[in-house]
Amino acid sequence: MKTVKHIDLSTIFVLALLGLFAVLPVIAVAAGQEFYIGQFRRILIFAIAAVSLDLILGYGGMVSLGHAAFMGIGAYVVAILNFHADEGTLLLGFIPGSQNILVTWPTAILASALVALFVGLISLRTSGIYFIMITLAFAQMIYFFFVSLETYGGDDGLRFPGDIPFIDAATDALYEAGYDPVAAYESLFYYLVFAVFAAVLYGAHRLVNSRFGMVIQGCRENERRMRAIGFFTFRYKLVAFVLAGAIGGLAGALFAAHESFISPSIMHWTRSGDLIIMVVLGGMGTLIGPVAGATLFLLLEKFLPDYTEHWPIVFGPILILIVLFAKCGIYGSLLRRHGDGGH
Amino acid sequence: MTPLLFLEQTLNGLQLGVTLFLMAAGLTLVFGIMNMVNLAHGSLYMMGAYYCATLLQWTGSFVLSAVIALAGAALTGILVEVVALRTLYSRDHLDQVLATFGLILFFNELVKILWGPIAIFMDIPGFLAGTVEIVPGAPYPIYRLVVLGVGVLVAVFLWWLITRTCLGMLIRAGASNREMVGALGVDIKLLYTLVFGLGAALAGLAGLMAGPLYVVEIGMGDSMLIKTFVVIVIGGIGSIRGAFVAAVIVGMVDTFGRVVPAMIGLTPSIAEMAIYILMAAILFWRPSGLFPARG
Repeated sequence: MKTVKHIDLSTIFVLALLGLFAVLPVIAVAAGQEFYIGQFRRILIFAIAAVSLDLILGYGGMVSLGHAAFMGIGAYVVAILNFHADEGTLLLGFIPGSQNILVTWPTAILASALVALFVGLISLRTSGIYFIMITLAFAQMIYFFFVSLETYGGDDGLRFPGDIPFIDAATDALYEAGYDPVAAYESLFYYLVFAVFAAVLYGAHRLVNSRFGMVIQGCRENERRMRAIGFFTFRYKLVAFVLAGAIGGLAGALFAAHESFISPSIMHWTRSGDLIIMVVLGGMGTLIGPVAGATLFLLLEKFLPDYTEHWPIVFGPILILIVLFAKCGIYGSLLRRHGDGGH
Repeated sequence: MTPLLFLEQTLNGLQLGVTLFLMAAGLTLVFGIMNMVNLAHGSLYMMGAYYCATLLQWTGSFVLSAVIALAGAALTGILVEVVALRTLYSRDHLDQVLATFGLILFFNELVKILWGPIAIFMDIPGFLAGTVEIVPGAPYPIYRLVVLGVGVLVAVFLWWLITRTCLGMLIRAGASNREMVGALGVDIKLLYTLVFGLGAALAGLAGLMAGPLYVVEIGMGDSMLIKTFVVIVIGGIGSIRGAFVAAVIVGMVDTFGRVVPAMIGLTPSIAEMAIYILMAAILFWRPSGLFPARG
C-alpha cells in the first residue's frame, strides 16, 4: 500500500470496514442484538485464515487447495489440550493438557507450522496443477488422520470446555459492576479476537512490503527470473508457506475457542475451497480484500438460506460469473478504479 | 491372510482400480490437452449414477439405462464445456479451480432438488446377480467381475483410440502443441468439446457401474474425484498409461489398506490415509509422477 495523497474510495472502504469491526460489539449491544457479536467474531477468525491464505495465494501465486487443514490442526491442538486438561489425563502418556491460551495457542501455531513445513517441502517441489492437487491430497490425509482419532470423537467431533479463564474472570468483574454478563463475555472475547486480527493484519502488511514480500511477489510474477538473479526461490516460498500455515493454525485455535467444539468438517476440502473464494471475492493480492471477502461470504452463507434452501444452485453460477467477469474482487475493483492496479 | 481372502481382495482392488482409471482417463486427457483443472469431473460421475438409477426405475432394464445414462453424461459434459468451461482454457488454474468449484455446488444442489436429499439404492441387475467360483471354494460376485471386465475393455479401447486412430492422433497432437494443430486447420474447439464429452462419458460409466456397489448419493463424486487426483498425480498428468498403472496401484493400496489395519487392530479409517502417504512418497521421489507425459 503506497502513501495515500488524497482520500479515495479504497481508503474510505478500508477505514469503514476496519471501523465497523472495531465498534461492532458497541452497536450490537446498543441494538440489543448480541447474537451478531458471535457472528462477527467468527467472521474475524475466517478473515485471519483468508489473509494467511492470501499471503501464498495472492502474493506468492501458490494455489493451495488445502489451507483449511492448517486451521483444523490449530483447532484440534487447542481442543485436545483442553480435553486433557478437563479430564486430568496425559496426552500420549506424558504431555499434560492445558486451558491456558498462552500455552495452547502458541502450541497450535507451532504444530501447524511444522506440518506446513513438511507439506511445503514436498509440494513446493512441484508447481501448477500438481501443486493444487498435492495440497488438496495432503489436506485429505490430515482430514482422515483426525477422523481416525476416535479418542477425540472421530467423525462426530469433540466438545470441550473452551473457556478462556481470564475472560471469565473479567466477565465476572463486569457482572459485579452491573453489566449484562452475556454481552460482556461476548464483547470481551470479540475484542481478544479483534486484537489478534489487528496484529495479524499489521504483521502481514509489514511482511508483504518488506524485502521478503517483494521476493515472494517476484516469484509470483516470474520465478525463473528470480532464480536467475540469484534468489533461492524455493526457500522463500517455503518460508511463506510455513508462515501461512502457522497463521492458519492461529485462526484454527481461535475457531476452536469460539466454538468450544471441533470436528473434522472444519478441514473438509470444500472449506479450503471456501477460503479461496473468500480471498478472490474480496480481492487477492491485497490484505483488506480477504477480510472483505470473508465478511461477505460468511454473511451470505448465514443469510441466503433464509431466502432459499437451495442457495448453492444460485451461488455456484454466481461464482463462475465472478471468475469470468469480476476477477479483481470487491476491494481490487475499488483500487483499480483509481488506477492503482488491483494486483 | 488366507490365500482365498487375498485373491478376493486383489480382485476388489483391481475393480476399484479400473473404476478409478475410468475417472482418471477423462480427467488426465482434459489436463493434458487443455491444461485445465476440472473439479467438476466428480459431478459427472454422480450424474451418470443418478441418470442410470432413475432410468432403471422407469425401464427396468439395466443395459438400456446404462446406455442412455452414458449418453446423458456425455451430453451433460458437452453442455458444461460449451456453456462454462470453454472460456476458462486460457485462464489460470486458480480461475479454473474456482469456476469448477462453483459447478460442484451447482450440481450437488441440482441433484438435491431433482432427486431429493435421500440416497438411492440400486439393485444389482438380475442377470448379473449371484456369484461365481473363480477357484473352487471362493465365490466372487459376478457383477464385480463384469465391472472389472468393462474397465479393462475400456482401457484397451482407449489405447486403440489414442494410438491407432485419426482422432487419437489429433488428441496426442493437441497435447503436444495445440497452436500448431489449430494452424494445420483442425477445428480445435470441436476437438476439445469431443474430448471433454468422452471424458464425461467415462466418468458417467464409472459412476453408473459404482451405483449398485455403493450407494447413489449427493457428493458421491467428490471423494472419488480426490482419489482420481491422487491417481493422476502419481501416474503423471496427461499420461493415459500412467493413469492406468497408478489407478491399479491406488486401487490395490486403498483396498488392502482397509483390510490389513483391521487385521492388526488399527482403526480402518486410518486406511483412508494410505493412498495419500503413497502419493507423498512417490512425489518426493519423482515430482512429476511415474510417467510424465511432457518434459
